Amino acid sequence: MSEQFELSKLIFGRLSWESIPLHDPIILATFVMVLLGGGAIVGALTYYKVWGYLWREWITSIDHKRIGVMYMILGIVMLLRGFADAIMMRIHQAMAFGDATGYLPPHHYDQIFTAHGVIMIFFVAMPFVVGLMNYIVPLQIGARDVAFPFLNNLSFWMTAAGAALVMASLFIGEFAKSGWLAYPPLTGILQSPGVGVDYYIWSLQIAGVGTLLSGINFVVTIVKMRAPGMNMMKMPVFVWTALCTNILIVAAFPVLTAVMTLLSLDRYLGMNFFTNDLGGNAMMYVNLIWIWGHPEVYILILPIFGVFSEIVSTYSGKRLFGYSSMVYATLVITILSYLVWLHHFFTMGSGATVNSFFGITTMIISIPTGAKIFNWLFTMYRGRIKFDVPMLWTVGFMITFVIGGMTGVLLAVPPADFVLHNSLFLIAHFHNVIIGGVVFGTFAAITYWYPKVTGYKLDPFWGKASFWCWFIGFYLAFMPLYMLGFMGVTRRMSHFDDPSLQIWFQIALGGAVLIGLGIACFLIQLYVSYKKRDSLRDETGDPWDGRTLEWSTSSPPPKYNFAFTPKVYDNDAWWHMKANGFVRPTSDFLAIHMPKNTAAGIIVAGISTVFGFAMIWHMWLLAGLSFTGLIIAIIIHTFNYKRDYYIPVEEVARTEAQRTEVLA
Amino acid sequence: MSILRTLHKTSIAALGFALLAGCDTVVMSPSGDIAAQQASLIIWATVLMLIVVIPVIVLTLLFAWRYRSSNKNATYAPDWDHSTSLELVIWAAPLAIIIALGALTWVSTHQLDPYRPLDRISEGQPVPEGVEPLIVEVVAMDWKWLFFYPEQGIAVVNQLAAPVDRPIKFKITATTMMNSFYIPALAGQIYAMGGMETQLHAVINEAGSYDGFSANYSGAGFNGMRFKFLGMSESNFEQWVAKVKSDGDDLSRKAYKELEVPSEYNPVHYYSKVEPGLYDAILNRCVDPGSICMKDLMSHHHRDDKAAEKSNAPSESHHAH
Amino acid sequence: MSHSAVIPAAGESSKFEFLERGEHHVANGTLLGFWLYLMSDCLVFAALFATYGVLSQNFAGGPTGADLFDLPLVAINTSFLLFSSITYGFAMLQMQQKKLKGTMIWLAITGVLGSAFLGLELYEFYHLIHQGAGPQRSAFLSSFFTLVGTHGLHVSFGIIWLVTLLVQLKKHGLTTANRRRLFCLSMFWHFLDVVWIGVFTIVYLMGSMS
Repeated sequence: MSEQFELSKLIFGRLSWESIPLHDPIILATFVMVLLGGGAIVGALTYYKVWGYLWREWITSIDHKRIGVMYMILGIVMLLRGFADAIMMRIHQAMAFGDATGYLPPHHYDQIFTAHGVIMIFFVAMPFVVGLMNYIVPLQIGARDVAFPFLNNLSFWMTAAGAALVMASLFIGEFAKSGWLAYPPLTGILQSPGVGVDYYIWSLQIAGVGTLLSGINFVVTIVKMRAPGMNMMKMPVFVWTALCTNILIVAAFPVLTAVMTLLSLDRYLGMNFFTNDLGGNAMMYVNLIWIWGHPEVYILILPIFGVFSEIVSTYSGKRLFGYSSMVYATLVITILSYLVWLHHFFTMGSGATVNSFFGITTMIISIPTGAKIFNWLFTMYRGRIKFDVPMLWTVGFMITFVIGGMTGVLLAVPPADFVLHNSLFLIAHFHNVIIGGVVFGTFAAITYWYPKVTGYKLDPFWGKASFWCWFIGFYLAFMPLYMLGFMGVTRRMSHFDDPSLQIWFQIALGGAVLIGLGIACFLIQLYVSYKKRDSLRDETGDPWDGRTLEWSTSSPPPKYNFAFTPKVYDNDAWWHMKANGFVRPTSDFLAIHMPKNTAAGIIVAGISTVFGFAMIWHMWLLAGLSFTGLIIAIIIHTFNYKRDYYIPVEEVARTEAQRTEVLA
Repeated sequence: MSILRTLHKTSIAALGFALLAGCDTVVMSPSGDIAAQQASLIIWATVLMLIVVIPVIVLTLLFAWRYRSSNKNATYAPDWDHSTSLELVIWAAPLAIIIALGALTWVSTHQLDPYRPLDRISEGQPVPEGVEPLIVEVVAMDWKWLFFYPEQGIAVVNQLAAPVDRPIKFKITATTMMNSFYIPALAGQIYAMGGMETQLHAVINEAGSYDGFSANYSGAGFNGMRFKFLGMSESNFEQWVAKVKSDGDDLSRKAYKELEVPSEYNPVHYYSKVEPGLYDAILNRCVDPGSICMKDLMSHHHRDDKAAEKSNAPSESHHAH
Repeated sequence: MSHSAVIPAAGESSKFEFLERGEHHVANGTLLGFWLYLMSDCLVFAALFATYGVLSQNFAGGPTGADLFDLPLVAINTSFLLFSSITYGFAMLQMQQKKLKGTMIWLAITGVLGSAFLGLELYEFYHLIHQGAGPQRSAFLSSFFTLVGTHGLHVSFGIIWLVTLLVQLKKHGLTTANRRRLFCLSMFWHFLDVVWIGVFTIVYLMGSMS
């Protein structure tokens, strides 16, 4: 009997029927909806027989454009989940006053705010940023793909694997109840014995590997694969920001990997890195996680600065003002982002000298950031500004972001931070820069490059509706939070005593609903634009009178991006080509050398997911098997030496001839 | 372009609204001298930054309006992308502000360092000679606050009292979770961590009942980790101490072990007698009989006692990075 | 340049040649990419070293480095690893001379030395755990086992890679792809050597002296 018990422990670990939260009506309803929705999608895909197409053209694709689109889809799907968490918190906090306890039990509420943070940063903002870089960077530098196309596919699937584990935690077991950075000792095995923290650790660990690989990939791509003539100071600003972001990824994510490993060793093997007893030191975790965490902020925002640089210059019909000071500002931010991490915990008792050092380095970052904002401003100056939707997002960003920047610098003054730290003021601040920066920038970028990806523009009416909902919704949702911060209200509260605060939470809920409408408008926009695609069609490949190389090829670009590699003479390469009478070649094409699709990425990521799941649930047998399987799968992949092929010259000629016909 | 006008109005309204409403809050009009200095620092820093922020917002809207594509009267200079003097201004203006703000930061951070004993009780009022600070030892527990008054020999759960205008020195530690000790009306917060001691010096200038709580999420019972901080006249404070002494129980190690069991929303509880050295034992994680105190463990290998003491101060660990 | 004679008009203008005619060969990025990976790995070790630095005096009443470390054993172990770096160098010299057999023999010797290193390390770990100085004993020992163990784990993966590469060399010979892989593994192997020198100095030598 006991032997049988041991065996079932070995196989199932701590997973049992009780792990599935059937007793919780909210989760159960969600689960049923996901099941129905998922079933409908699977059914439709099967009915229309598109599985083979998806497998061949998307899942196993190593085309940076396809991978970029998959990242964006992942980001949008996870945005819906992250927003669902947000609106649940807002509704709960608007209700839970005095005798009313709100509709969420505290243990559920605590999971929601943790999941919201983790999802929004790792599985919304990161996929958006990486997806944009994937699609745009190779096109802007005149390359046919990234340096390591297979790794790129693997990176995507590792990120998706992390997201899958977070989603699984909703229905099997629980997620961490720890806040998005999972500080010990709260996340130690004594205080959090459940599977929640393990879900957190393994989803971040697996997604982190994907991000790191993609960082290496893009640094090499940008350093090695630029078109002839494109020296460093002729790279588009988006490429510059992408380069700096990926350097930050390579230099920051290893620390996340290390600190997550140490936390797992504490939890799994009873070690004493961050425990209260036997010499452990929890402050070290806080330091290490922020040594990753602060650069992470810039990993997200730098490419978005690049996006706005492209957009402002294109829609002003004008060269970017102060290109080189823009580049230097980006570099200064990159370096300084490593010297500020301690400002996240001035209140941990460091001395005044240490605190003021980190406070001042933080403020110094606002100098290059300020320079960037002025550069955009003077790009608009003496321009001919067309207020298409991307430009609306940009103006909205410039106004919102300076306010967020100001409250950020305020928090960098240590004595001011002592009264505002951990308060809703802080929450308002980072949403101000993340929504006002990363989210606005992502929507601007999607609208700007959508015609490149699909061949038709997005419907402007729904785009404007989405912008105004987001813009006003943001101020409604977060200005009250600044106020509540001044009233001494702390974050992560599931219940309030003081009824006078309730009105502010109700206003914030109104704002969140408006943001929800903004998301809905965006989804409607995608649908409406697809329906109206014939009237929104752009056949030139250059709908905005663009300046950089991605606009020189067709929309959507052919597999090989460019029939001939362009030569570059100016940082606005395509603008320069147009100004100097470039004529598109129509003959003498050559066969093009391209990498081959492979299933290795999804296989490796799939086994990693199984391994992560097994580790979370202490299924030691499965964990051992899947780890061995992982190594074997990688070894087998290395025995594949035939990873490329030639697109025959006839096919190139045919593709280009079709474009000639369209253009004529 | 009505869009831009609305945009303009919204942002200005939001800003003005926030500034006006913000003045009347506990953080911006507190009752303790330290918190008051922190509030005025917030105002000064904000004013300094507005020198750049307001022109940026105004110029953004102005340029967006003036150089809209339908306005053919505006100058169009598509190739103008550089001006050395303008770029100098662009970098110099934020630099100047940051130099000012940096100086302010350096001075105020040292001035308002929570470890630094007070030299004044309010503006223009130095600490009277011979007045020693009231010592309070704070323990963040799962999930309640335990306050020791070593001079008075009492301890209280979830209530804190102090005489008005007398400096207070808080010595802060925790049993397990990391919490943050925060009374907005009194002074800024500082973390409470197991096996370590942080400090806070502050003074309350007005009698009253103020909110105190943990500002750092610490798990299931975090929401209920709230207490009232009572600022009292000297005589009322003495009465309060007498009340605790007459109404309270005995806080022995055994009673402490019972209190240590995680609990939520604890009512106020008085202890009239405290076992000597209990706070020290909590700090050094040796309340259980037979366990060795951390400071002794450290000095086991370091005969230099100073090093052992030092390793209790969290500030030391930062230097390791 | 005779370009205008070959393709008039298309892809250029009077002043500029806008297209690279013919195959645009991109410099191989694998070595740079692998070097970047090593740098990121270096940061993992940096984090572990920093952790060790913070916790190295937190004995919690347990044994110290001076009590535990068997320096002569570690010195032998170090020499195994250093020699394996030299033998890897010989393998690379053989590769440069396009001698497949010599390359494989020196690689195999490298693998044996690496395995000997691992064997001794496992013995040391076993011995420590046996005398009650396991990684759970104190923060110092947690960080010691993790730092040294992570290095050991890297060496293990290096050996798996090395064996895989031996099979691939046998199968395909010294092709361009295989030569590139030999280069990458070479960087990896020497990198582990460098890290070990840090471990030996900071953990073992300084630990024994305190």
